[in-house]
Amino acid sequence: MNPVLKLLLEGGHLTTAQMAQVAGLAEAEVEQHMAQLKKDKIFLGWRPVLDLSREAAAEAAVEALIEVRITPERDGGFNRLAERISRFDEVHTCMLVSGGYDLLVIVRGSSLQKVAFFVSEKLSTIEGVLSTATHFLLRYYKDQGFLLSNDESPSQRLNVAP
Amino acid sequence: MQDNPSKWVAGHVASLPKSGIRDFFELVAKMKGQDVISLGVGEPDFTTPWHIREAAIYALEKGRTYYTSNLGTPELRKEISRYVTNEFGVDYRPDDQIIVTVGVSEGLDLAFRAFLNPGDKVMYHQPCYVSYHPSIALAHGEGIPVPTYAKDNFALTAEALEEAWQPGAKVLMLNLPCNPTGGTCSREQLEKIAAFARAKDLLVLSDEIYSELTFEGEHISIAALPGMAERTIFLHGFSKAFAMTGWRIGYACGPAPLVDAMMKVHQYSMMCASIIAQDAAVEALRNGADGVAHMREQYHRRRDLVIRRFNEMGLTCHSPRGSFYAFPNVAGVGMTEGEFSVGLLEKEKVAVVPGTAFGPGGRNHVRACFATGYEDLITACDRMERFIGQTGKS
Repeated sequence: MNPVLKLLLEGGHLTTAQMAQVAGLAEAEVEQHMAQLKKDKIFLGWRPVLDLSREAAAEAAVEALIEVRITPERDGGFNRLAERISRFDEVHTCMLVSGGYDLLVIVRGSSLQKVAFFVSEKLSTIEGVLSTATHFLLRYYKDQGFLLSNDESPSQRLNVAP
Repeated sequence: MQDNPSKWVAGHVASLPKSGIRDFFELVAKMKGQDVISLGVGEPDFTTPWHIREAAIYALEKGRTYYTSNLGTPELRKEISRYVTNEFGVDYRPDDQIIVTVGVSEGLDLAFRAFLNPGDKVMYHQPCYVSYHPSIALAHGEGIPVPTYAKDNFALTAEALEEAWQPGAKVLMLNLPCNPTGGTCSREQLEKIAAFARAKDLLVLSDEIYSELTFEGEHISIAALPGMAERTIFLHGFSKAFAMTGWRIGYACGPAPLVDAMMKVHQYSMMCASIIAQDAAVEALRNGADGVAHMREQYHRRRDLVIRRFNEMGLTCHSPRGSFYAFPNVAGVGMTEGEFSVGLLEKEKVAVVPGTAFGPGGRNHVRACFATGYEDLITACDRMERFIGQTGKS
């Protein structure tokens, strides 16, 4: 496996210089691996992991998970409709899943009304969308590997021990 | 009060030297709140994997709050037996050849108290874990330190054993991979040590707590060599491989009459290990292999990083095949181990332990534990390099 991809998968925040030290590579080699990952469209970009349930961030955004049932099409299955839905700026994440519905869509908006408007006016009116079920997100407990209510301190070790 | 209360302290306790690591601990404690990066720890930076912690919570929910058999719960001994057979290639019966202890430390104490008559001699390699010599003394034994050398990457050699041997030697104490040196022995070296033990009719106590953290080649237990299981107490535990230091849970395996003797001491002093820790240990052995492999991989990468950086900055350091300790020589940069440790702490806020805390053989060396996250390790190395550049004499 690409050694830089391996480090990225571990989810730590390392600079190019730090990645070079950890992987035992020259910085130029790390940059080459990064370039390859971008070229292969594996590495697409960085996003911060934010806990928006904190009071200080309360106004930032409203999120909803939407179960969407759609009609599959000949010669394309779900792809055309899924890609079409994905293009909306309000759509943060869109994935095809097995089970009782087809697409799980995460929508982000600045207010409840805006999200509701998007679902009722934009999403559910697309031809081929059979139904939607909207779940407003109340609270995250874990996001992308981060525990959001984590009060464990890694610094509980004694500084010197035998 | 006229009298000195110290008069009640037993002579062999009063004469025990204070742990060398203690002074350094005090020094570091004084710098609290000053952004100190400590490479002075002796435990993993990982918290115990959640599935193991969850098993302990489940044990409490089920009301598992009682004493267990002195030897430990049958489930845990069964799991230990299976694990030791698979990982070390030695078979121990759960019923009478395994005892669960409060960490390897208790296992060691039990062994010394069960097997030493006053004045019996114990050979142990040095630099070594700080408690070996005091534990021998507390059991009224006499320690014979056997030096290991940087030129051998701190492997114990049969030649050094031959040279140090004295009449009255009864026990040989091994700790491979070794804290603090990271020293290990090859199969050939271990076979020679085994032959020496057989020739001198020694009982071997083998503390293999770092065995899962072996990065290259396989770890070989001396108990697995021909003719050795019958004269070896295999000591192991969960602290390092499963990141369970605070649980205080370990075990000892050996010939039934020897385990029975250790059990006698254990039943009258400790009774049993905590049942909650025992239940967690069962979960660790059943489902913990992936977690161990993940942590080992992380330590491996960190080892490569610090060893490369140490050597680049002028500290001679062998690459330890096991454990999470680097044991670099600081003489090359013109400092003693004390000057280096204290200077580095005061000037650059990085704590490493002077090698002499682990015996006189640790002169000119410091112990740096690499069980710390990458960012801190890299920063610590940068600070160390700056310290050497400003203070060192090459």
